[in-house]
Amino acid sequence: MAFREYTIGARMFGLAFGTSMFITLYMPAMDIRNVSVTEIGLERQLSFGRVGGFSYEDPFLTGVAKPTTVDISVDPNTGAPMEPTRAYVYPAGTPFPNGIRHPLILGEKPKGASIDKGKVLDAVEAQGAVFVVRVDDSGEEAVPYIENATATRGWKPEATMAKASDADSYHIGKGKIMFVREGCWWCHTLLPEQTQDWQYFGAPPMLGDFNGESPTAFGSDRKGPDLTHVGSRNSSREWMMMHFFNPRLVQPHSIMPRYDYLWGDKDSGGNTIDFDAWRAQYDKYAANETVYPPEVPLPAKDSEARALIDFVLNLK
Amino acid sequence: MFKYLFAKEDDIPAGSAAIFFGYSSILWFIVGTGLGSFNAAKLAFPDFVTGEIMWSFGHMRQVHVLAVILGWISMAFAMAMMYITPALGNTKLWSEKLGVWNCFIWNIGLAAGLTMLWFGMSSGREYSDMIWPVDLAIIFGILLPLGINVWMTIKTRRTQGIYTTNWFFGAATFMVIIVFTVGNSPEFFQLTGLTEAYLTWWFAHNVLGLWITPVAAAISYYVVPKVTGNPLYSHRIGHLHFWSVVVFYSTPAAHHLMSAPLPEWLKSFASVEGVLILVPAIAFVSNLLLTMSGKWKMFVENIEIKFTITGVLLAIPLNMQGGFQQTRAINWYVHGTGWIVAHAHLALLGFSTFLEAAAVYYGLQTLLRRKLYSLALANFHFWMLLIGFSTYWISITIAGLIQGAGKIYEVPYIDVVIAEHPYMIARWVGGTMVFLGNCVWLFNMWKTMREGTLIPAGRLPHELAYER
Repeated sequence: MAFREYTIGARMFGLAFGTSMFITLYMPAMDIRNVSVTEIGLERQLSFGRVGGFSYEDPFLTGVAKPTTVDISVDPNTGAPMEPTRAYVYPAGTPFPNGIRHPLILGEKPKGASIDKGKVLDAVEAQGAVFVVRVDDSGEEAVPYIENATATRGWKPEATMAKASDADSYHIGKGKIMFVREGCWWCHTLLPEQTQDWQYFGAPPMLGDFNGESPTAFGSDRKGPDLTHVGSRNSSREWMMMHFFNPRLVQPHSIMPRYDYLWGDKDSGGNTIDFDAWRAQYDKYAANETVYPPEVPLPAKDSEARALIDFVLNLK
Repeated sequence: MFKYLFAKEDDIPAGSAAIFFGYSSILWFIVGTGLGSFNAAKLAFPDFVTGEIMWSFGHMRQVHVLAVILGWISMAFAMAMMYITPALGNTKLWSEKLGVWNCFIWNIGLAAGLTMLWFGMSSGREYSDMIWPVDLAIIFGILLPLGINVWMTIKTRRTQGIYTTNWFFGAATFMVIIVFTVGNSPEFFQLTGLTEAYLTWWFAHNVLGLWITPVAAAISYYVVPKVTGNPLYSHRIGHLHFWSVVVFYSTPAAHHLMSAPLPEWLKSFASVEGVLILVPAIAFVSNLLLTMSGKWKMFVENIEIKFTITGVLLAIPLNMQGGFQQTRAINWYVHGTGWIVAHAHLALLGFSTFLEAAAVYYGLQTLLRRKLYSLALANFHFWMLLIGFSTYWISITIAGLIQGAGKIYEVPYIDVVIAEHPYMIARWVGGTMVFLGNCVWLFNMWKTMREGTLIPAGRLPHELAYER
């Protein structure tokens, strides 16, 4: 029996599929690759660290090996007062974000400024570094870039951390891990839509706002409000704390799950949290037997709840 | 199953791999829909099983999705490939042993991967949530062995030509490997930003468009002619379907990100190509419905045809939604609402599940040479699936429209949540019906294996459906 070889069909298949892949992979990749990072994009990647999901330094998504974002108003090196500055502290051994490892992804001008003025190539992961975001507006257009303050000003990670109070330190990188691990993005998008809901949820993101960030966790299905600018709408740490512990405390109709387990065993004072007693008291409150709900324990400094609240409050 | 892992190839009865895949797929369907019902209960009643990290919605949601896609749907596909590909080539499966190993590793690997996901080890990318070591294991441990078995079976066929179903099987097993490799490349190579976002949705779109949709359609290209006895209405239209899937269905990935800051040309291109998926859709539906001519009573009487044709008919609203909801004119209203969730369930729980269930019903009876234990239970399963799915789909579509209205009229979000509450309860009821129906299905197929009437040589199961 003469078998059909399907040589024409196989070649046509290769051609059709190859063309389709060329248009949908190669062309967009070449286009997106030329996108120049914005100031927001630099702030995001520096505060999130290398990866917001699974990585080999943090396979179980516990939030280790992440930078701390601090607001300082004195120079860590000299102790002299200076303009309030947001610094991204990478202690020794913390993986640098992708824009430092591969400056190419920042786009041509930010890459040049980050290397020439910012000295980012001098940063060494094993020694740690402190980064700040700068804007060079000497030319025709303002160019945002990363400055390696450890190289340019001698800021050391530990000294910089010491100059910021606890209230001015934000564990945003660890919080992003919590955001991904706890699946916040299954119900909350990080993408106000270009067409309609920017009046309600704030400005939609721009092309260069995401260079170096992974995962972007835009989310696809809203069961709660968009969170891109939530820190601008509601900046109350107290509200966030109550809302994460039990959303029904502040919003009786919320369908958000309780995230009280992110508090861990101890509260900020080192006392063991008795969840069963809390829930028993809350049930009485929910059944209208008591007037006030039980007090929400303050999350400990290194708790996952604290990191998640830091992350959410800094979505501005 | 275990005794065949180290048996000689000739000692493994033909069809073993398909039987193992068939029962595995039903088990994973129960797991997947059970998780779905659990998650839906959490959306309707937020304090249902609360305060435990492992039972929180954020840890369970993606396990439901991937248990259904990689467990139920893909394993039912593997089952269909393991018996349909050789049957259409008038030959045996190239390697029954590879098939048995494939099923074994698939079950173990999927259980391990889903457990990791459940513990929170996620890449944070929808549909490609699995971490990259698991992605590599899926490509090389699951998809490649499956593909090799299918390609080699087609190559060693004893027929002159290749029937439509086998074009799709051969091409889809190849394309899904490409999709998994490229779609997960952001994790392999640390791609970031919009490239990562785009490739996430490139994966999500193409795993549906180049794997689930064509393979599900290919199954019905086999089941309908085989059971009705009618030849396929037109091989030309089958050609049109196949080539338009390759050309049109592989391109509109960007329409999932219509409101994201992607290059405008890409979004416009994707939108136009997205409407063109109506070409394969219309070709497929019309071809199958015309094949039914003169045999429409089987739509009522025959359980396999009942499932298959219901799936084909559900492809009509599926593709009408799919083709148009991604255009800018409609996307601005429905994007990010429950409408999309309903659409995804129409594709996976409606269209494709009904086609696969038919393949599993038909395949298990043929391979075991046993008649279905109870046609009444099979019909009960069908109606539980159809009514449960319809309840889900209609309620979440309505909820999505409410959400869309809330979005464009800038209603405070909490009012949308309150308005959606009744539909969340309906969704939970519908999902639970599907879950219960599947439990009945497993019981029925288990009894079929143990007690089903033996089918004499030379007869087909559906010919005996109403004989004692």
